[in-house]
Amino acid sequence: MLTRISAIALNTFREAIRHRILYLLLIFAVAMISFAQILSLLTVGSEEKIIKDFGLASIDVFGVLTAVFIGIGLVSREIEKRTVYTLLAKPIHRFEFVLGKYAGLSLTLLVNTTVMTAWFFLVLLIKGMFDARLGVAVLLLFFQFLLITALAVLFSCLSTPILASVMTLALYVIGHLLWSLDLLSARLSTEAGRILCRALYYVLPNLGNFDIKGEVVHGLTVAPGRLLWATLYLLLYGSAVLWTACAVFERKELQ
Amino acid sequence: MPILELLDVHKSYRSHLSIRKYWILRGLSLSIREGEIFGTIGTNGAGKTTTIKLALGLIFPDTGVVRLFGEDASKVESRRRVGFLPENPYLYDYLTGEEFLDFHARLFGLGAATRRRRVKDLLERVGLANRGDRQLRHYSKGMLQRIGLAQALVNDPEFVVLDEPMSGLDPIGRREVRDIILDLKARGRTVFFSTHILSDTEMICDRVGLLVKGSLKAVGTIDELVSREVPYWEVTLQGIVNGSLPCGRIVSRREDRILVRVDSQSDLRRLLTVLNGHGATLVSVTPARQSLEDLFIREARGAPPSPARADGGHAHSN
Repeated sequence: MLTRISAIALNTFREAIRHRILYLLLIFAVAMISFAQILSLLTVGSEEKIIKDFGLASIDVFGVLTAVFIGIGLVSREIEKRTVYTLLAKPIHRFEFVLGKYAGLSLTLLVNTTVMTAWFFLVLLIKGMFDARLGVAVLLLFFQFLLITALAVLFSCLSTPILASVMTLALYVIGHLLWSLDLLSARLSTEAGRILCRALYYVLPNLGNFDIKGEVVHGLTVAPGRLLWATLYLLLYGSAVLWTACAVFERKELQ
Repeated sequence: MPILELLDVHKSYRSHLSIRKYWILRGLSLSIREGEIFGTIGTNGAGKTTTIKLALGLIFPDTGVVRLFGEDASKVESRRRVGFLPENPYLYDYLTGEEFLDFHARLFGLGAATRRRRVKDLLERVGLANRGDRQLRHYSKGMLQRIGLAQALVNDPEFVVLDEPMSGLDPIGRREVRDIILDLKARGRTVFFSTHILSDTEMICDRVGLLVKGSLKAVGTIDELVSREVPYWEVTLQGIVNGSLPCGRIVSRREDRILVRVDSQSDLRRLLTVLNGHGATLVSVTPARQSLEDLFIREARGAPPSPARADGGHAHSN
């Protein structure tokens, strides 16, 4: 089983790194991180915050874009272009295909994030602004990418590439605004509304769990359990999403 | 035990947002025997590709049974002994030929040394030994078809399923694919393929199935399907200047040559005996036989059943 999953993962990785979009996104990310230095000149006294904030935000946005566009492209294309036929006509379980794709995309994101982070840290080291806690912030961003990729794979199994991209990006935005749903439920007068808000709060992905940018940039203390909770959340939520993707794909008619 | 068996299989599709069902297969029963080359022919939309997808567990029947090597076709293990080439394969064009075959060999858990040997052998077998290091995006259509075929053989399968393997190929490419199929049979493999190209079917198939609108209209050997009776003869004569013929009908006349159609054997004998009297030379006598194409066109157009129909018109193959 692992041989087959790793073969598919490796092939997915190979396809991703031969994709022009990946390099385009990487170039943009590196340019944005570099641009933060120019931007920081416009503000007096908060140069360091601007560079760190902008750098982390760039890694965040370009990482998510990679997860969505390359992730969805690679899974949907297999189905649309029917390359999946030659794979699934072999002794491969469909869940192995889904997990192999996911593993390959995760590997791509790992390389992508490493390149962006390396450049970001180099800029900070030159400026003498490096802070080891930024490493934890980037690690949590990477966890977020892993969750977004799982969602991208699920939506690719369910729907067309465009719809899957829209749904994944929508969940990314919603996932970062989920705290407002919590606030809303406290202000609602009806019980049914409160229950609905709470239910959505727990069902939708809470990407706030992976966001410690504010604390790190402003030099605030990061609660010690944050990393542990984020890891646990990724494992539980990510597994549930991937399990659903496998279940959906298991009975999908490959027309 | 048949290699592949479909029993009373029905399959329908529903387009998005529609409740209307479109029937692709209506009670299809078919069995493929070990060691034979079986060709399915049929018009577009007749259900050829659907049959293949069902056999490989890519789609599932509404009702009926599909068995591969005696097991439910949806079981993954039954595909260990199968090789498959889809129609117009879109292959991973960012891979080189060698990488592509190596990737598929990995899926069968073959070791590195075996993979290297297998990839080299297969590239030679399909005539791409010098092109293995080129990315598939630089391959011609014929080369893609051949590398796709090599991919289908990477596990040295007992049962090879090919969906339209000759489509879009030039005569040389078709010949090569035909030779590979015949070579597979010589090695004791079973081949099941769909095609539009009837001449190839006639040339290499042990048995043929004719699919029309989701049902098997006829199945059997070419001899069983196509009547060997000769309904008429075409006689080409040279040198007849004047005078009428004792029998037959002149179909065409070109310079001093005429083409005569004769409807019975006794008329043919009469015509040949009086040739000398007319000072004519016999150029050729061609018996007109029903071809697979005649059968195909008649069945596809919904003409009355042919006496050559297998099993008295039933859709079963055994």
